[in-house]
Amino acid sequence: MGKKTLFDKVWDAHVVRTLPGGQEVFYIDKHLIHEVTSPQAFEELENRGLSLYRRNQIVATADHNVPTKDQHLPIQEPLSRFQVDRLTENCEKHGVQLYGLGHPYQGIVHVIGPELGITQPGMTIVCGDSHTSTHGAFGAIAFGIGTSQVAQVMASQCLLLSRPKRMRITVEGDLRPGVTAKDLILYIIASLGTGGATGYFVEYAGSAIRSLSMEGRMTVCNMSIEMGARGGMIAPDETTFSYLEGRPFAPQGEEWEKAVAYWQTLYSDEGAQFEVEYHFKAASVTPMITYGTNPGMGISLNATVPQKVKASEQASFEKSLQYMGFAPGESLIGKPVDYVFIGSCTNSRIEDLRLVANYVQGKKKASHVEAIVVPGSKQVEEQAKAEGLDKILAEAGFELREPGCSACLAMNEDKIPAGAYCVSTSNRNFEGRQGPGSRTLLASPLVAAVSAVEGKITDITQYLS
Amino acid sequence: MEKFNVLQSTAVPLPIENIDTDQIIPARFLKATSREGFGENLFRDWRYDSSGQPNTQFVLNDPRFQGQVLVAGKNFGCGSSREHAAWALFDAGFKVVISSYFADIFRGNALNNGLLPLQVEDSVLERLLKQIEEDPGTELIIDLPAEQLYVPAWEQRIPFEIESYKKECLLNGYDDIDYLVSQKEAIEAFEKNRVWVY
Repeated sequence: MGKKTLFDKVWDAHVVRTLPGGQEVFYIDKHLIHEVTSPQAFEELENRGLSLYRRNQIVATADHNVPTKDQHLPIQEPLSRFQVDRLTENCEKHGVQLYGLGHPYQGIVHVIGPELGITQPGMTIVCGDSHTSTHGAFGAIAFGIGTSQVAQVMASQCLLLSRPKRMRITVEGDLRPGVTAKDLILYIIASLGTGGATGYFVEYAGSAIRSLSMEGRMTVCNMSIEMGARGGMIAPDETTFSYLEGRPFAPQGEEWEKAVAYWQTLYSDEGAQFEVEYHFKAASVTPMITYGTNPGMGISLNATVPQKVKASEQASFEKSLQYMGFAPGESLIGKPVDYVFIGSCTNSRIEDLRLVANYVQGKKKASHVEAIVVPGSKQVEEQAKAEGLDKILAEAGFELREPGCSACLAMNEDKIPAGAYCVSTSNRNFEGRQGPGSRTLLASPLVAAVSAVEGKITDITQYLS
Repeated sequence: MEKFNVLQSTAVPLPIENIDTDQIIPARFLKATSREGFGENLFRDWRYDSSGQPNTQFVLNDPRFQGQVLVAGKNFGCGSSREHAAWALFDAGFKVVISSYFADIFRGNALNNGLLPLQVEDSVLERLLKQIEEDPGTELIIDLPAEQLYVPAWEQRIPFEIESYKKECLLNGYDDIDYLVSQKEAIEAFEKNRVWVY
């Protein structure tokens, strides 16, 4: 047996057959679906007279379109209601488990999979959503697919794929105080660029990665797609196992012991080959913020917007700065902030809410800022309330909402108005992502919380000892 | 899926890098439950201003540029996995997108919908964009069987690569679902003999 990467161990265990051209029939263990990218797939199946091949391997939730207020009432917006209703009908008709609105397990698809123990090491997981890479934090091969592929998995539990190339990103050392997993991944994306990992599957390794919590690892893997990677993954370890143990869908008893014994074999062998390797020092990472309109346009919070970029990128760079209302070479410190959004599949877990509550306790948000906190799931919301975080947030003027994707992509009512600046813990700062004309600055939950209190972009390093 | 063989057309230049699928089709237009009709909102927020008036600066509103080929800056289709982006381009009449590279998910989505993502070198892309901007009547011939992009104005044939399986699919209008469903026996055998069952 040759030396194998973590990625190849998991991939090889899922190859049904290889075609002469090199493409592989690749088996999918878990298929997560939601209301936006599944209706056309159900329709396609019906048009072809096909049925679901393994309905027990599909889990559904409603997240992209759902309101974050009054979820007990019918959805007001007719098109959103229609789409969510269509998901419910499709799941009932085809016998798919749905954690819809009102269910105690409802939430953002990439938050509920892990917290329910559906996501497990060594699995292959797909979803019609690019941030499916989140689940790689558990040592799973997880990636986003298009709706045609959603239909393929529904019909056959397989996809026809070419194996991506392998990249390893090793981060050694300790992150400095106030520097979070979000800063780390924004730093990596800024270094590689928004297309820097296209065609690759990334493994994150090194002591800085191993010392992250599961929540932190999910944040890192979540944003792999923002540098073009097909997915990101981290070898499972004790942190992974202790997170999973006892969760509703995790194996139990003897099965648990067997599972852990298998999961412990899932790591990259010493000397396994990666097509590309990058090395970073954790101590070099600072609190980060983005200034432009793709997640690769990130800088150290107290640095300045670049003066210029490569000639071929100049037109896009200028367009981006014009959209954002920033000038080359200027600092963002002191720029006014209108909205703060804490949420999304990147940063809406209990650890994120604790970090925000811990900072804002006894403080007030600036009067001109609207600050909303959207928990990733019903379970996160309940946990936050059980810990009294809801009261701390309310006293600080932050509004705790009900779970959903919310202002990350603004499909529901939670939109940032044209021209307004939003410091957001989400994953994309594309033009209009948070509403037509909205201007997004991506940052960690801590930077977002400080921005809400100060009412402007603030160098948080002054608060850190 | 519609078949693709040889296409001769003028092209529309869009020299912006890292065009993400949120620009191609903004999220607020993803609420439809069928595949049709996304073309009218293709590049919505670049094509129209906030009051719904056409933005005359945007190339799709410039009558000089027509055709079934979009020539765009590198890393086209990054971001969200929404297949609606491929549907919107196809619905708006595009059959080919030329760029110097494509985001992985978009490339797959395009191929699954009969839309050819044609990758060329950075230098070719730059020259092509300049050529089309200077002469909007520039014809391109995309010959899939020969895996060549022919630019008559240059009298030059530029080879491009495509996976042999995907090429067959495009030429014949097949999609993966037909093939995968035909593999049921192999898939069932795999399920019975797995190293680890979840």
